[in-house]
Amino acid sequence: MSAEDTKISAYAHPERLVTTDWLAEQVSAGGIGGPDGIVLLESDEDVLLYETGHIPGALKIDWHVDLNDPVTRDYVDGARFAEVMGQRGISRDTTVVIYGDKSNWWAAYALWVFSLFGHEDVRLLDGGRAKWVAEGRELTREVTSPTTVDYPVAERDDAPIRAFKDDVLAHLGKPLVDVRSPGEYSGELLHMPDYPQEGAMRGGHIPGAKSVPWARAAAEDGSFKSREDLEAIYLEEQGLTPSDDVVAYCRIGERSSHTWFVLTHLLGFEAVRNYDGSWTEWGNAVRVPIEK
Amino acid sequence: MSDTPLPTSLAEIAEDFRSASNDLKLQLLLEFSDELPGLPERYAGHLDQLERVDECQSPLFLTVEVADGASLEDRPVSLFFDAPAEAPTTRGFAGILHEGLDGLSAAEVLAVPDDAPMRFGLAEAVSPLRMRGMVAMLGRIKRQVRAKTAD
Repeated sequence: MSAEDTKISAYAHPERLVTTDWLAEQVSAGGIGGPDGIVLLESDEDVLLYETGHIPGALKIDWHVDLNDPVTRDYVDGARFAEVMGQRGISRDTTVVIYGDKSNWWAAYALWVFSLFGHEDVRLLDGGRAKWVAEGRELTREVTSPTTVDYPVAERDDAPIRAFKDDVLAHLGKPLVDVRSPGEYSGELLHMPDYPQEGAMRGGHIPGAKSVPWARAAAEDGSFKSREDLEAIYLEEQGLTPSDDVVAYCRIGERSSHTWFVLTHLLGFEAVRNYDGSWTEWGNAVRVPIEK
Repeated sequence: MSDTPLPTSLAEIAEDFRSASNDLKLQLLLEFSDELPGLPERYAGHLDQLERVDECQSPLFLTVEVADGASLEDRPVSLFFDAPAEAPTTRGFAGILHEGLDGLSAAEVLAVPDDAPMRFGLAEAVSPLRMRGMVAMLGRIKRQVRAKTAD
């Protein structure tokens, strides 16, 4: 077993991660795509990054264009999700592997949305796009066209892993994890450092939230830290326990999807919800409590 | 949208984008990203001499040079951009502005309407949220031209 395999096997749900070595083998064995193959998806912050070169056989999924409703601030519905899946040759029982830029932020976000629709077998490439590139592995601009298949219209089941503003108000006093940068948490900044202002009227954090910037869970190469290192942060330092009812949030719910993945799949927490309204809702809502 | 026309060079690019399908728009944008000229030697390694555009999702630096001339009509503008390869959308926006505006006179650049980025039909292909970067780049280019021609 390689060191990476040993690291992954220690997580609560090791089946949720694949290594770049494993993926490279699948690519060269022709295991990507086709009716019985794995479907590999790239989900990036930059809408054009996939086009500059992607892992051979990978298809693109864009969080904004494909997974968000174009009108309401919400995710797509079951019918649209079925369409997005079917067009990519994904059936209900297909193994889907997702990877992306920025330490898999947007990949984790896509995985979380897949989970809202109960897609069973969805995994992340540990280290994402950056690790694959750093290892000098192949990228291509060639786009494969999958055969469209039927994907059932699945009802989106938000309640177990998604929190809305009212849920968070009812949750106050129980564990909350704010995964934004320290400056956003303290209220000094209204947006991420180096990012555009995205319009919050107030700065600060939800009362009682602990500040654990998402990036603390990522190693230098973009892969996840070992279970031991993650436990040192979330269990020992922050005092959380896997049976806790936890809500994670950030600015729009993308960075907190990364933390949701860590707590749920790597550390085995049973009740973690991602509050995707996050600060762009809370920091604009009238008369919700804020702490600075 | 205002009725102010775009300079011919920019209008032609806008027309290419508008008449393309969403997939083709992304391919076109990729070409602009690929073809964005690198910084000349006098700026390479001197990003502090460039202005940082914070509204872009990924860091972009730009600067403007305005040649001497008797009036704004005969003072050509040169544009310089720097953005990393991992930010192809930002590079693509910069590439469009470079291709469409570089070499025009200061008067022509200042006359470009502020809503020009919205005339490419790109919002539906890349999402409206991501268009802000291009609006900000244009705003800063015009501001620099204004500052560098104010005597």
